[in-house]
Amino acid sequence: MESEANKILDEVTQGDYKYGFVTDIDTEFAPIGLSEDTIRYISGKKNEPQFMLDFRLKAYKHWLTLSQPHWAHLNISPINFQDIIFYAAPKKKKELSSLDEVDPELLATFNKLGISLDEQKKLAGVSGVAVDAVIDSVSVKTTFSETLSKHGIIFCSFSEAVQNHPDLVKQYMGSVVPYTDNYFAALNSAVFSDGSFCFIPKGVRCPMELSTYFRINAANTGQFERTLIVAEEGAYVSYMEGCTAPQRDENQLHAAIVEIVAMKDASVKYSTVQNWYPGDKNGRGGIYNFVTKRGICKGSHSKISWTQVETGSAITWKYPSCILLGDHSVGEFYSVAVTNNHQQADTGTKMMHLGKNTRSTIISKGISAGKSNNSYRGLVRISKNAVNSRNYSQCDSLLLGAKCGAHTYPYIQVDNKSSIVEHEATTSKISEDQLFYCQQRGISNESAIGLIVNGYAKEVLKQLPMEFAVEAQKLLSISLEGSVG
Amino acid sequence: MQSETKEILTAQRFIDLFEQNRSFLEMNDTVKLAKIREDAMASFVRLGFPDTGMETWRLTNLEESLGRGYDYNLRPLPEVDAQKVFRCNIPHLDTAVIGQLNGWYVSKDVPLMELGNGIIMGSLEEARKKYPLIVEKYFGTMADDADEGLTALNTSFAQDGVFIYVPDNVKSPKPVQLINVIHHDANLFLQSRNLIVVGNNAKLSLVHCDDSYNHQASFSNIVTEVHVGDHGVLDHYKLQNLNNNSTLISSVFFRLGAAATLDSHYISLNGGLLRNNIRVLFNGLHGTASIFGLYLMDRKQHVDNHVYIDHAFPDCTSNETFKGILDEYAHAIFNGHVLVRRDATKTDARQSNKNILLTDTARVNSKPFLEIYNDDVKCSHGSTTGQLDQESMFYMRQRGIGEETARMLLMFAFADEIVTKIAIPQLRQRIEDMVKKRLQGELQICEQCVLHCSTPEHPVEFQIDLTKI
Repeated sequence: MESEANKILDEVTQGDYKYGFVTDIDTEFAPIGLSEDTIRYISGKKNEPQFMLDFRLKAYKHWLTLSQPHWAHLNISPINFQDIIFYAAPKKKKELSSLDEVDPELLATFNKLGISLDEQKKLAGVSGVAVDAVIDSVSVKTTFSETLSKHGIIFCSFSEAVQNHPDLVKQYMGSVVPYTDNYFAALNSAVFSDGSFCFIPKGVRCPMELSTYFRINAANTGQFERTLIVAEEGAYVSYMEGCTAPQRDENQLHAAIVEIVAMKDASVKYSTVQNWYPGDKNGRGGIYNFVTKRGICKGSHSKISWTQVETGSAITWKYPSCILLGDHSVGEFYSVAVTNNHQQADTGTKMMHLGKNTRSTIISKGISAGKSNNSYRGLVRISKNAVNSRNYSQCDSLLLGAKCGAHTYPYIQVDNKSSIVEHEATTSKISEDQLFYCQQRGISNESAIGLIVNGYAKEVLKQLPMEFAVEAQKLLSISLEGSVG
Repeated sequence: MQSETKEILTAQRFIDLFEQNRSFLEMNDTVKLAKIREDAMASFVRLGFPDTGMETWRLTNLEESLGRGYDYNLRPLPEVDAQKVFRCNIPHLDTAVIGQLNGWYVSKDVPLMELGNGIIMGSLEEARKKYPLIVEKYFGTMADDADEGLTALNTSFAQDGVFIYVPDNVKSPKPVQLINVIHHDANLFLQSRNLIVVGNNAKLSLVHCDDSYNHQASFSNIVTEVHVGDHGVLDHYKLQNLNNNSTLISSVFFRLGAAATLDSHYISLNGGLLRNNIRVLFNGLHGTASIFGLYLMDRKQHVDNHVYIDHAFPDCTSNETFKGILDEYAHAIFNGHVLVRRDATKTDARQSNKNILLTDTARVNSKPFLEIYNDDVKCSHGSTTGQLDQESMFYMRQRGIGEETARMLLMFAFADEIVTKIAIPQLRQRIEDMVKKRLQGELQICEQCVLHCSTPEHPVEFQIDLTKI
């Protein structure tokens, strides 16, 4: 434990974005800009069935009728969609049949990111982590697919799912986040390139953590991935998502959709460590992260749990939500959002209580430093029929420095008498007493802050799968490096 | 008399009305006031009436209210028997009473009272003539016409209302009671404009009641500007008890000087559609503002409290506590917004909103919102919505207290947290009784003034044998 703490302290002194390198991979691009032709190009490249192309075109037509939303507490410089390349893929030489055939440059990239795609090593362990690695617009490799398929679990890239399981895709795609949902969801539905697909059949408990690792590599591209997780009756899965991008001066767009369907008694745990490039200290560059994540607890006693650690991105616009349709269903949202320098985050959740006796918990910890702005925006809605429902929300903000902002926008709507909704929030800085206590014991100012911040976020971090927790703790310290004084 | 008979008053209608009657409206204006009026009209032309597309009006739809059709008068109607209407004195409480009928200052024979200690109270219209410099110094400096159409409309049509001026270092010896009664035999749209100035180191207690006399529909758009000088103290009470056909948009703008203290209490007991815009600006160091609200609503009543506190200076303390009980189809909205500006260090801001829903058809929307740009602050907010505590109910029932009485007792205890904050004992007693009556469903908009429904001689008691508890 002590050595781990030391490691964290060491990391604090290093600082800076570690994943800012660019890999030189032979990449093929779609023509720049967005039009019906771009969409046909993407669909054609992926050899998609007609229903997919129709879906994309419908979404595109709808997107054209929309305008970019401005309600969030964000200052977004205009996005020129005609300047973005909507599809970039590492060039494939031929169909991959084994890991040996994956471009060694790619393997090296993922190894550098700390993601090993080498199955053999992992198999020696007790339980591994199955990884779907997505670089730019395509999935390059999904590990452990065979092991998982023995249990009847489908874990593959979205493109493969479209080819191999079109019925499932047709049934569930857009059922939680329809393309009409919002501006960025419509955009994603039109141009999404790849992502992960995961199907856990009835009664199966997924034996290992599933994970997707997203990497933006090519310049001037946008990343639009789509993840769909379906847990049938009584199934369980824990899913992790990580992401990084190279350091560049211009902003890059990332607009993703994640859909989760949980049937009766199913349980899905979704964890994210979001570490897109946040821009430099003067606010140049960085990823625009506009993500629509939503899960539906369709059956009774189902459960969806979101955990997120948001440290990256120049702009984060993200509200992982739960529709609690089934009676006795449970929704959870645990979040730590850190902003430093010129980062802006507007993040939170929506808990839509529709079924009887539904419960939800929201724990959100915002940390702002530098000149950043960090907003929590959440909705708890208890509909008339959601009798005996229960919500508890806590959203705290920690301010480090006199030039940052922390804002809380909780929307609470209660439409029946038997439900109980509680919301509480505090905003403060690190107490001088705590700092003094640490410093008095020889811990430097910066290390003490790292320590206190980790303690503050612990309630959320402990929800993360073990593989992520250590990583997340380190990230917290790094993100705040240089924010003091 | 320019009485427009019961027509739908669209924004365009008001714009035309303004142009037609401009010289009449500006009659007593100084150059500066005429400019404020003109700018306000320009804002109204741009903004129009609020609609649900606006974030702050998302949940309060004025369409139905505005669609009813109203009379609008640029001159006061002939007075009805003032004695008959104004019977709302609080017994045993010696107050200076100011009456307003449909927004117009009553008793024109003494339009402006000048008390020996320098306090001036009376009609704003008269004050504009007699004390143009005082009015000019404060009028329009607190109300924000630029982002609220209804406030802009009020400013552009500002004619009469109440003017209270407490000079520096004067402590008002008795509370001032301001009663606005709506009484008209047709639907009425009324706008009144109040200006209250509490000087440096001065003190004032103000009880402001809005009542309706009959069941005729009305739309009141009332703007009150309140300036509290350095070290000034204002104890402010707002009682709202209106019929179910009335729409009341009350916007109060407080500006607090250094080390000024504001205690404001909003007690809403009845009303078709009530909207309270409460805005507090700290304009000096060490100010303190406490805003308390209690709303007891049933039938299809709608109450919307929007509280905005601007911590523009360091070392200020604000506290918002709003509690409500909703029955039948009532809908309550609480929207608290605390803004802590960049340099407002050592700010202490608290927000709390608690609601009890008695039926499945009642609704609550709560948005306690914090916007903070400084790290050296202590801010918190909390919001709860639920039903009466079942364990407490069980405790009482177990001891032989009937279900209905136990419910009453719990509800009263819930409301009492706000009622006990009332500093004037006689007023507290009166409101306590009114709350009890209200919870028992006995408080009506009666033929006489509503405040006469209960009297301290016959206080409302719970039918409980306390020895059993």
